[in-house]
Amino acid sequence: MAGSGNNHLRTEFDDVLLSVENLVVEFSSGRKNKVHAVSDVSFDIRKGETLGIVGESGCGKSTTAKAIVQLPKPTSGKVEYEGTDLTKLDKEGMRQKRPSIQMIYQDPISSLNPRRTVFNIVNEGTRVWSTEHSQQQEIKVEEMIQAVGLDPSEARIRRPHEYSGGQCQRISVARALVLDPQVIICDEPVSSLDVSVQARILNMLQDMKDEYGLTLLFISHDLSVVKNVSDRVAVMYLGKICEIGDGDVIYDNPAHPYTRLLLAAIPDPDNKHSQNSDVLEGELPSPLNPPSGCRFRTRCPRATEKCETEEPSFEQVGNSDHWVACHFPHIDNELNAPTSDEGQFIEGNTDDEILWPPAD
Amino acid sequence: MLHETDSADNILELSDYRVGFRTERGLAKAVDGVSLSLKRGSTLAIVGESGSGKTVLNRGIMGLLGANIIEGGSAKFQGEELVNTNRQKFWGTKMAMIFQDPMTSLNPVMKVGNQVSEPLRLHQGMSRKEARDRTVELFTLVGIPEPAKRFGEYPHQLSGGMRQRVMISIALAIEPDILIADEPTTSLDVTVQKYILDLLVDVQSKSNMSMVIITHDLGVARGRADEIMVMYGGRIMEKAPSETVFQEMKHPYTQALLSSIPRLNDPKHTRLTPIEGFPPDIVDGPQGCKFAARCKYAQDTCLTLTPEETTIDTHTYFCHFPVGTDAGSEALKSNEDKGFTAAGLRIKSKGEVV
Repeated sequence: MAGSGNNHLRTEFDDVLLSVENLVVEFSSGRKNKVHAVSDVSFDIRKGETLGIVGESGCGKSTTAKAIVQLPKPTSGKVEYEGTDLTKLDKEGMRQKRPSIQMIYQDPISSLNPRRTVFNIVNEGTRVWSTEHSQQQEIKVEEMIQAVGLDPSEARIRRPHEYSGGQCQRISVARALVLDPQVIICDEPVSSLDVSVQARILNMLQDMKDEYGLTLLFISHDLSVVKNVSDRVAVMYLGKICEIGDGDVIYDNPAHPYTRLLLAAIPDPDNKHSQNSDVLEGELPSPLNPPSGCRFRTRCPRATEKCETEEPSFEQVGNSDHWVACHFPHIDNELNAPTSDEGQFIEGNTDDEILWPPAD
Repeated sequence: MLHETDSADNILELSDYRVGFRTERGLAKAVDGVSLSLKRGSTLAIVGESGSGKTVLNRGIMGLLGANIIEGGSAKFQGEELVNTNRQKFWGTKMAMIFQDPMTSLNPVMKVGNQVSEPLRLHQGMSRKEARDRTVELFTLVGIPEPAKRFGEYPHQLSGGMRQRVMISIALAIEPDILIADEPTTSLDVTVQKYILDLLVDVQSKSNMSMVIITHDLGVARGRADEIMVMYGGRIMEKAPSETVFQEMKHPYTQALLSSIPRLNDPKHTRLTPIEGFPPDIVDGPQGCKFAARCKYAQDTCLTLTPEETTIDTHTYFCHFPVGTDAGSEALKSNEDKGFTAAGLRIKSKGEVV
């Protein structure tokens, strides 16, 4: 799964707010080794759009999100926000940009300072940035706490441990929104919450997005959640995007073998993809030494020699907003299955010979 | 609650089983009168939000709750009364449990192989060599690659999915009669989750072991459990064969639980219907139906009178105004016309909670 090439990026005329081009994040590990956490990832988000990123743990979703806000700076690549390349900015330049790109983290309790009152936590950003009089600031903070469904007068005296997980996530949302950001990056915002609380937070995010005209980057490992909140969805595997496009289109007709396997695994009562009998074989390869060619080839039921030598680039599927990086995508009822002259299936990757039972 | 089935067939029989914790405010009734029977070789899924009592129920059965509790009612395992007795003799021989978090439930300073072979040597008197061979066999069974090499590794060297597989092999090592899996896949990725669940069901059907799966996800239960039991506030709300719960759900809580989950078939930006309000206080709980305060169907009766059990064939539920019945539709309609329920929950005309 590879995903090189930038065919899927949209032109500037499309009102793109944030675009990421050829993003690479590597961490050194030991003397010579490098962890290839994110390799050559490109995507763009239009103003007011929600892009969802899904993938298993360890595929580089969170690293991508953090690289956008330069925490840490990516190894190479461009992160263009409103025409400015964030990777080229100096410390102060980036500091000036931070209020407009905010993050919401996965664990609502540990991402809030336990020793400060909730009001102070939400007020921190305005205290640093606001040019207004402090009383007006406080009114704004109170309005925001009210907007996320909490009581502002209680927020002045209470600390995070006095709130439930769902309420803490509301505080995180208030803290992010109080600076009037353009972009909110949500890194697994609901994965630690109970199902009914999850529904309330997702509805609230949608309301806030409509009210404040936000652009969202929404990261989750839960495919149903991502489908619900996103306009476009990107599927990641081992540091690369393998499929990107309109959420409904991808979920109806997944073209990448990995997306199909991922969808088949969802325990949704009405999951039509669960009929798919392919199993995800083998273990996730180490990002220290990712496979050549297509990164998914070691576990792909369709892999051939071509996948080993040549990295697929993004191609459009049909006429819709649907891009896939695969030599043999599932399109038009299997017409794209590898033919004999394109090489044989690699032994051990076929359905009838399973080397290991699936691993993670 | 009466169970007509032949009791010899039932590996586990609870009747009016209760577990309470002594707290400063009074007795916290975490499990408040649960009756059920589990047949040999069948699977029961217990579904509910956090705080619904599903974990306490199962830890209570296992006898893992410590001295601070008060147990009541009756719980029979293979005909033997468990309540207020020491259940340690069943551990490692007849009862096994898989816990939610595979990292904290394995011993970090002990090789995983030894953690699996320990019960074999202790309870089945195997020699070191025999236990080792059996462990490698179990590792192969649960799909751990290179089992002989993994035997000598420590938990931190394994991924979350691998650790959960080790947990499963510990549980399966003793060939238990009953296996309780408490949210076995909550911390795992979807693809690993599917594998682990399929593995459990596969082993269960081959070995004729009984299994209880605790989960908050109705989708996980579907197709894997023979029966689904929905719990709320320490009580059973609804219990039925797996497909019946989805096709003909009777309890408004089951309906609310299902509609609060984002569904794969819905188009993007479909508005979710969360369950408003919070789980009930278990120390000083409400009168009547525990779910009444959050229920769209709630009438005055629900606030005062605890619903009696209704059983139609294999389908059991506790509700005055069940979903899909005339009484239920009338109750919902009158609440919609009024704009609020008897408990004061405001609702819109389409049944959407404000």
